[in-house]
Amino acid sequence: MKRDIFQAIADPTRRAILVLIASNALTPNAIAEQFNTTRQAVSKHIKILNECELLDETKVGREIYYQLKIDKMKEVDQWLEQFKQIWESRFSQLDQVLINLKSKENGI
Amino acid sequence: MESNLLMNFEVDKENKTVNIKREFNASLSDVWSAWTEAEILDQWWAPAPFKSQTKSMEFKEGGRRLYAMVGQEGEERWSSFDYTSISPKTNFKYASTFCDSEGNPNSEFASSYWSVSFSEQDNSTFVDIAIKRDSLPELEKLIEMGFKEGITVTMKSLDKIFENRK
Repeated sequence: MKRDIFQAIADPTRRAILVLIASNALTPNAIAEQFNTTRQAVSKHIKILNECELLDETKVGREIYYQLKIDKMKEVDQWLEQFKQIWESRFSQLDQVLINLKSKENGI
Repeated sequence: MESNLLMNFEVDKENKTVNIKREFNASLSDVWSAWTEAEILDQWWAPAPFKSQTKSMEFKEGGRRLYAMVGQEGEERWSSFDYTSISPKTNFKYASTFCDSEGNPNSEFASSYWSVSFSEQDNSTFVDIAIKRDSLPELEKLIEMGFKEGITVTMKSLDKIFENRK
């Protein structure tokens, strides 16, 4: 099942995992240690993140190391930023319109 | 030009609403006009390079604005605003819906519900916009899945990492 990226970041633990594995490839055990939680709980989160196609896997012997796929994560960031920028652009246009209105009223 | 006027932008998960607050260095009556008169609205509503073109607008309760965002290649993206409540110079509410040039709604997207409030303080006018269930599917998911808390911090730390990995 392919999940949605927004589902991945809905959970605070998953967000924290993403930050953690953004800089270092880690095994599920190493991740579990960081969060003071069970390996099982971490596996569940990793499964979801994997289904969102957010993870790169590297096998070293019997261990699997997970790392964040940065490009995928950027999509969310860019999307929100775009939405905000639309408003910023709108508002600066409105500022200009209001200046024009004011000058008209003052008969300039 | 960088504006130093106040702007807040936040996603309120519980109320499935995006809240935007902005200060304007103008009188309340001018700001109200800019939001409620088609001719002025068209001058700023579409973020450049798009242009806003209002085909019809009846600003009254039960009235409708039908307009298009027109792109540089002439492509048109039509929406309608159906005004549900108007308190002059204080607040107005409307449902925004993607549609065709005749105003027939696009059934693929749900309407979003807007409430725009106006207030005056120390020679500035403040506009508070609440957008409930915006029809952009991504935003809807974003809100439903819970976004506001924590994510900004996450994104900031990610930004640093992106910089380092470039």
